Amino acid sequence: MSSGLVFAAAGAVLFAMGLAGIVLIGHLLRRILAFNVMGSGAFLILVGLAQRAGGADPVPQAMVLTGIVVAVASTALALALARRLHRLTGRTTLSATDSDPE
Amino acid sequence: MIPLLKRVAVILAAASFAGALVVAMLDLPAPTVHLPAAVEANMAASGVAHPVTAVLLNFRGYDTLLEVGVLLLALLGVLAVTGVRAAPRAVAPAEPAKRMLARLLAPLMMLVAVYLLWAGAIQPGGAFQAGAVLAAAAVLLHLTGILPGWGAPGPRLRVSLAAGFLIFLAVAGALLARGALLAYPPAQAGMLILLIEAGLMVSLGLILAGLFLLLSRDSGDEA
Amino acid sequence: MTDPVAWLILLPLVWATGAFVLGPGRGARLAIGALLVQCALALQLAVEVLAYGGRTHPVGGWGAPLGIDLAADGLSAVMLLLAQALALPLAVYARAYFAENAPTVRYFWPLAGFLLAGINALFLAADLFNLYVTLELVGLAAVGLVAAGGTARQVAAALRYLFAALAGSLLYLLGVALIYGAYGTVSLETLAPLVDARAPAAVWIAGGLMLAGLMLKTAIFPFHYWLPPAHGGAPAPVSALLSALVVKASFYLILRLSLDVFAPLAAAAATVLGLLGAAAIVWGSWQALRTDHIKMLVAWSTVAQLGYLFLVFPLLAPDGLALQAGGMQAIAHGLAKAAMFAAAGVLMLATGRDTLVGLAGVAGRVPLTLFAFGLAGVTLMGLPPSGGFLAKWLLIEAALTHGQWGWVAVVIGGGLLAAAYVFRVLRQAFLLAPADSRFHPVPRSMEWTAFVLAAASVLLGLRGVELMALLARGAA
Repeated sequence: MSSGLVFAAAGAVLFAMGLAGIVLIGHLLRRILAFNVMGSGAFLILVGLAQRAGGADPVPQAMVLTGIVVAVASTALALALARRLHRLTGRTTLSATDSDPE
Repeated sequence: MIPLLKRVAVILAAASFAGALVVAMLDLPAPTVHLPAAVEANMAASGVAHPVTAVLLNFRGYDTLLEVGVLLLALLGVLAVTGVRAAPRAVAPAEPAKRMLARLLAPLMMLVAVYLLWAGAIQPGGAFQAGAVLAAAAVLLHLTGILPGWGAPGPRLRVSLAAGFLIFLAVAGALLARGALLAYPPAQAGMLILLIEAGLMVSLGLILAGLFLLLSRDSGDEA
Repeated sequence: MTDPVAWLILLPLVWATGAFVLGPGRGARLAIGALLVQCALALQLAVEVLAYGGRTHPVGGWGAPLGIDLAADGLSAVMLLLAQALALPLAVYARAYFAENAPTVRYFWPLAGFLLAGINALFLAADLFNLYVTLELVGLAAVGLVAAGGTARQVAAALRYLFAALAGSLLYLLGVALIYGAYGTVSLETLAPLVDARAPAAVWIAGGLMLAGLMLKTAIFPFHYWLPPAHGGAPAPVSALLSALVVKASFYLILRLSLDVFAPLAAAAATVLGLLGAAAIVWGSWQALRTDHIKMLVAWSTVAQLGYLFLVFPLLAPDGLALQAGGMQAIAHGLAKAAMFAAAGVLMLATGRDTLVGLAGVAGRVPLTLFAFGLAGVTLMGLPPSGGFLAKWLLIEAALTHGQWGWVAVVIGGGLLAAAYVFRVLRQAFLLAPADSRFHPVPRSMEWTAFVLAAASVLLGLRGVELMALLARGAA
């Protein structure tokens, strides 16, 4: 098993952990972190799998750089929304009643 | 609270998903297309000497154009969400030693940012790393009470935030008028990429700093 | 000199950024001017594709697989035409709407510009990773628009929406990572001949992950939970953009990938997608029949109408009938739903209430808007000569051709359910207004844009020939 495949396997585990996290965790901050864990897993697979035969591949590396910036952007927006929700309602989770019209 | 049964079921499902994924990846034959060779073959025409920078700003420069758009968009979203009423919040000034350290470090970090930008052409580095260092300097100054949080940005700040993206768009549009979107002529590629990266460094630094400074303004505490 | 393909992406990016530089609340005139140009560009592209067939634009001049290609065929030309044709009247509507409700969404114009740029870029992308970036552009802009009203309910709806969109994007991204690992490229054109039914397990997993992610973003039953609060709770111009256009973007991508790269694998999921579509029609209509709020009714109707789009998958065949049906349904529902949300916004502005009960008496006050709502309803029910009728006719024809009678019953039953929930609104509107009710005057431009969109959705059925010919180019 090459080092690239080790990275990819670790990525698969991270992705699955993040996925379980977003299903199981209600607290908004921790759920946002779970999304980031999931994203890191996908990035590791993208880079690791591409260099499983040895030798770095610049194309997925550039893609991951792009992906990281996109992840930063969505994390910032999610944090802003979570803080706003906390400020308005004092809650740190989404409740089942949010979807009902007032 | 989530019942134990659901918890166990989700964890088991996730574990078996990870297992199946690993098995499937071990089973993969070698890829059909070998892009590193194509990157290598076209490096001379890319205008830069580092393959990742070449992919990021030339071969797949269009991804990067849209990605800068995504970052600017996130700032817009944060601005739209945080509301107008919250007044800029000053952080309590830190101890004199910390303030002094921040004042010393900030210019050094700017120097590092410019170096990273310039080095990106031949080794790991570039506008994104440089912008992140600039943003870190702003955060440091904010946390030591030297730089206040942001209110709604004024006209000059808005221009600076958008400038990097606008320069990128202008280059893309000018090259489109000559042929294809973002098709740099090999002779000018290096210069155009440096121009784009310089604009991006400033704007990305400001956008990243803004994401932090805007969120710090809209504090989670009850007003 | 003027390649409409690239300008359709650059132009909205430019006016979105320009509107941001101008400042909060400004940029409406800039947007409307630029949208006029975009409409002309989309029309030019459609005419050229009809005459000369599809085309690609190699960004950077490298060409796939090293560079990224933009590709336009009949399907993408039709979707681009729809996007610009919806955005222009909605921009006129939004300008009047925000003049009436000044502070609700301060950054509407730049957010809407980025949304449209992302949608246009998505319709044109021919690269799996580039598609991921466009999906994020669309998703974040849409979430920002939902949240920008700033009430607790809107922020909660936006967060729920963002979580669904992010989960969808990440599932899609993992799929892209596996595809790159398997084949060493993400270009659709390069991948198409490489993928076949004997593909390794990782490719099947990738296909499944990408499909699941995109279904989450399209809000097809049972992934629809985030849609009604997000679409029903946003300001009317935002709801119209989201329901008419944004959910179609991820549907387009599922259709594109299952026609193209994943065609050898797609048959395995087709029947399941059709059944989910049928379930969406029943469940969405049932909820629309139960809600007391006018915009929630329209939002649940979107859940139902999305179901028709998924009936296309089990019927996809080289004859192209199902593809034409899907395209027509996307256009007809887009126009009708934009008209319905625009009309709902007028009705809420006029009555100052958001419930069905509050609609009593509007027939006498804003008859044009109510007429627009009714016309849009005709399209959703699928009555002739509307675009909805044409779409359902094509679906039924495709189902009969393949001897799959069950789908015919779903299409007809769905039309009856749509009639039931549309008449709930109309019946209430013709009741006498209570003596104490007060009506606000509404800008004429809002009433007229709703009417124009609704009329277009009905008249579409009479002039569908060119669009169907264009869609046939997509089937080739």
